[in-house]
Amino acid sequence: MSIPLSWYLILAAALFAIGLFGVLSRRNAIAILLGVELMLNAVNINLAAFWRYLDPAQMAGQAFAVIVFAVAAAEVAVGLALIISVYRRRKTVVADEIDLMKW
Amino acid sequence: MDLTLILFIILAVTAIATALGLLISRNAVYAALFLVMNFACVAIFYLLLGAPFIAMAQVTVYAGAIMVLFLFVIMLLGAEKLPKGDVLPVQRPLAIGAAVILLAEAVILLVQRFQSTAMLQAPGTVENSMDSLREMSGLLFTEYLLPFEVTSILLLVAMVGAIVLTKQEKGTRG
Repeated sequence: MSIPLSWYLILAAALFAIGLFGVLSRRNAIAILLGVELMLNAVNINLAAFWRYLDPAQMAGQAFAVIVFAVAAAEVAVGLALIISVYRRRKTVVADEIDLMKW
Repeated sequence: MDLTLILFIILAVTAIATALGLLISRNAVYAALFLVMNFACVAIFYLLLGAPFIAMAQVTVYAGAIMVLFLFVIMLLGAEKLPKGDVLPVQRPLAIGAAVILLAEAVILLVQRFQSTAMLQAPGTVENSMDSLREMSGLLFTEYLLPFEVTSILLLVAMVGAIVLTKQEKGTRG
C-alpha cells in the first residue's frame, strides 16, 4: 500500500491551518510573516501532490511551485524591509502598536 | 507497510510538530529555526513525490536564503522576545476557531465528497531523475516563458522596493 492523495492534502491543510492561526494570533510582525511562509509552503505541497497524482506527464504543478518560491522570496524581502522601516520610526515590531492610521 | 509509508508518517508528524513548535515558542529565533526544520521536512516530501528540482530549490531558497534573511532581521532588530499577554482577548479564541473550522472543512470535503479522488494512488513509480529536471527547465523557457519573465520583473520590483524602504535618509541616523 502506498500513500493515497488525501494524506498529502490533509497534511497540507493542517499546515495551512496552523499557519493561519499563527498569522491571526501573533502580535510580533516577524512572527506573522513566518506564519505566511508556512501557509505558502502548505499550498506548494498541494501543487506538487496534485501534479504527481493527477497529471504527472505535464510539469505544470512544479512550474507553479517554482513561481510560488519566487513570489515568497519577493514577499519576504518587501515585508522585512517594511518591518525595518517601521522599527526605525516607531521602535516597535508589535503589530498592535503600529496604529498610526487607526482612527 | 512499506518504507515510503513509514517515512511519510514520520515526516508528517515532524512537520506538524515543528509547525506547532513555531506557534508556541516565545522566542522568535526558535520560531524561525522550527520553521527551517519544517521546510526541510517539506523538501523531503517533494522528493517522495518525485520532484527533485523543487526539493532542492526548497532547501536553498526557503531554508537557506529566506530563513537567513529572517534570522538576520530578528537579530538586527533585537526582536527575538515575543510579547506576552494579549491586547485583544478575543483574538486568540477567534484565531483558533477560524483555523479549526478551515481544517475541519478541508478534511470533511476530502473524506466525504471526493472519496474517489482522495484515495487515488500515484500512477507509476517515483523516480528522482535528471530527465524530469531537463523537461521542466525546457517547459519553463517555452510554455511558461511569460509567467517566468513576469516573475523576474516581480523580483526586480521587490528588490528595488526593499532598497527604497530601508534607505537611510541623508543626515539622519537610526
